[in-house]
Amino acid sequence: MTPVQLYVLAGVLLCGLGFAGFLLTSHLLRKLMAFNIMGSGTFLLLVGLAQPNNTPDPVPQALVLTGIVVALAATALALVLMRRWYHLSGRTDLQGGPGD
Amino acid sequence: MLALLIPGLLFTPLALAVLCLLVNFRIGRLFSWVGIIVQVLVALGLWATVADQGGLYYDLGGWAAPLGIELRVDGLAVTFVLLTAVVASAAALHAGAYLDPRKGYQSYFWPLLWFLWAGLNGVWLAGDLFNLYVGLELISLAAVGLVALGGEAPALRAALRYLYAALLGSLGYLLAVALVYGSYGTLSLSGIAELAADHPPAPLILVLAALGLALKTALFPLHFWLPAAHGIAKSPVSALLSALVVKASFYIMARLWLEMGEQAGSIWLAQGLGALGAAGVVVGSWQAFRQSRLKMVVAYSSVAQIGYLFLLFPLSWGVATTTAELAQQGITLHLISHALAKAAMFLAAGNLILAVGNPQVSALAGVSRFLPFSLFSFGLAAVSLMGLPPSGGFVAKWLLLQASLAAGQWWWIGVLLLGSLLSALYVFRIFRASFLETGSDDPFYHPPRSLEVIPMALAVMAIGLGFVANLPLTVMALPVGGGVP
Amino acid sequence: MKLLLVLIAAVVLTVVLGQTAWQILAQPTPVDLRELVAEAMPDSGVAHPITAVLLNFRSYDTLLEIGVLVVAGMAGLSMRAVAPLEAPAMRTSDTLLQALLRWFVPFLLVLSAYLLWAGSDRSGGAFQAGAVLGATGVLLRLGGVPLDFLRPGLMLRLGLVLGFAVFLLVAVMGAIRGDMFLAYPQEWAGLLIVVIEAALTLSIAMVLVGLFAVAPAQATERDWPSREGKR
Repeated sequence: MTPVQLYVLAGVLLCGLGFAGFLLTSHLLRKLMAFNIMGSGTFLLLVGLAQPNNTPDPVPQALVLTGIVVALAATALALVLMRRWYHLSGRTDLQGGPGD
Repeated sequence: MLALLIPGLLFTPLALAVLCLLVNFRIGRLFSWVGIIVQVLVALGLWATVADQGGLYYDLGGWAAPLGIELRVDGLAVTFVLLTAVVASAAALHAGAYLDPRKGYQSYFWPLLWFLWAGLNGVWLAGDLFNLYVGLELISLAAVGLVALGGEAPALRAALRYLYAALLGSLGYLLAVALVYGSYGTLSLSGIAELAADHPPAPLILVLAALGLALKTALFPLHFWLPAAHGIAKSPVSALLSALVVKASFYIMARLWLEMGEQAGSIWLAQGLGALGAAGVVVGSWQAFRQSRLKMVVAYSSVAQIGYLFLLFPLSWGVATTTAELAQQGITLHLISHALAKAAMFLAAGNLILAVGNPQVSALAGVSRFLPFSLFSFGLAAVSLMGLPPSGGFVAKWLLLQASLAAGQWWWIGVLLLGSLLSALYVFRIFRASFLETGSDDPFYHPPRSLEVIPMALAVMAIGLGFVANLPLTVMALPVGGGVP
Repeated sequence: MKLLLVLIAAVVLTVVLGQTAWQILAQPTPVDLRELVAEAMPDSGVAHPITAVLLNFRSYDTLLEIGVLVVAGMAGLSMRAVAPLEAPAMRTSDTLLQALLRWFVPFLLVLSAYLLWAGSDRSGGAFQAGAVLGATGVLLRLGGVPLDFLRPGLMLRLGLVLGFAVFLLVAVMGAIRGDMFLAYPQEWAGLLIVVIEAALTLSIAMVLVGLFAVAPAQATERDWPSREGKR
């Protein structure tokens, strides 16, 4: 198995894992981690699929860097909203609490 | 001329976002008025130029695709840019009078609005798959920020639910992009469209993109996040979200479908998306009928109206070119007229709630007598939503009806008729509540005229679209030529 | 029931995605951007291809991406204005940590500067440098250093958008000169990219530390009864 095939395989597995985790957990922090796992899988696929013969392609690597910053921004915003939601409602999920 | 118009279109919203972040609400409003004028003029100029000379490609940074990112400035894109300028200006002007400047956090409304505007313009014009992803995320995060503005618990819950749905949807789309780049080695939409005939794309690409973007567009049954987010946000924000934001993800889906659908689509995907859209029309309308709060009625009505958009897929797959064109025209007109009508409806609903001081439908009793103007804007917008002649909504439904007949897919006609009937049901419920007599004295607060005029103007445009429907349809059909000289 | 459905969906996704990915991997791509990047490198103003793609060839993506970051920071700040939720308990006065900070902070600052400088010809760049700088800020914050500029004033907002504003100005200068939006004059490209990257580093760090400072502190069980009473 070439390293690239390994990237792709790992990317696919992380995507499946993250997807299941995202839908199965209700704790907001775990959901967010599942999203990040799925995101990492996607980034691995983006880089891995683009270099079948092992010569690195700078374009997908730059795309992944952009994608990481976007995912980071979304994660940070979700954390702030989540902490504040917890602060106001005392809940770690979105079921129940004020205003449902 | 174009060499200045396109940078102007991209630069002004971003520059205003920066400026408005540094000042308080009132100065931000002043800046935004200037920005609105510039943005509307630039959008008009761009639209007129493209209508006159046809579409073109614009190479950002001077790097041609596929190395660089190109903008596809075609008739459809500039029509949506103009639509965005109209609806966003209306929402911004309304917000300037509607939001309370004494609350410190409201000053963040302006920079978030301008980032949202920039993201929308970016998505309409983008010719690059990854650039569309970044634009989509800019829109999503700005929209979530606008919903959460203020940080009260119910708003936070709606914002979080919205954010999580949006994030999962974007990842579905990004996965599709990864597969596309792996297959073609390029991200340029026009390049992929050329290559697709010889190198058929994997069917999974369209399925993943469709699932992800349907989640972001709130296609039934993935609409669970929409009513709360659109219902809880402040009225001008709801107007922006329902009129424009959900359309951005649908637009990307439609672009992908039109470039790759022939090779990667299937009758199952096309009819399946259509069926979910039809289910959305019925379930959304029924839910709208059952809501007790006015803005929730309008929000569920969006779920129903979004359903119609997905008729594009069955009506443009495996049919004659003329039929597919008819369907595209119908969907485009529906998108435009719904954007105008729904923005009018949310702003009018905001005025009504402000006037009666209560978000319930039942609190509207007596409104028809003392606040006829607000109610009339609401009613005029509803005429277009129901698809009554001579509104833009009517022309759109008429085109879709013809496309269904021409495609031999008569079952969508039932959906179109049932949808109109059901929308009449929830609209008349509101009218019934407001025509109840309460007594001879006027208990209502009367919103300032400036607040009342804006939804009226939008509703009039939604109706007027029925008379000038040919104009956007001819412009969107214009060919796309070379680059900026 | 839900568990079963989700598991089936996840397995189907994994299998179909794996199968499609395997097929895609087996076929060569009709377009190869590596050649185009290599050809355009001499005109890009930098020596490292990833930096060239990020800040020159696909700079529009990066501009919007910084916009996303600013939006996240802004949305976080808009929360803060309602009720300052900072808990002094979060700050420790651990002497060991203080001592470590004295060693770590200068080292991290130098590392951040190095990453920024390295970006032009090897791995590194504004994002890595910004992340390290942001982490330094978080460390300082945790160590009990107040970092006054994090109060929601003009300074914080200015820091937040500085990088974006510089990038945007450079972008529009291209159009004003009569060239494309985001086009750099070729002989200035290298310098402009360094300026943009330096400003971006600062803003990225600012967004990260700002969001860290904004997130409400851990509420303990003891807080609940009293807070219910207050509302």
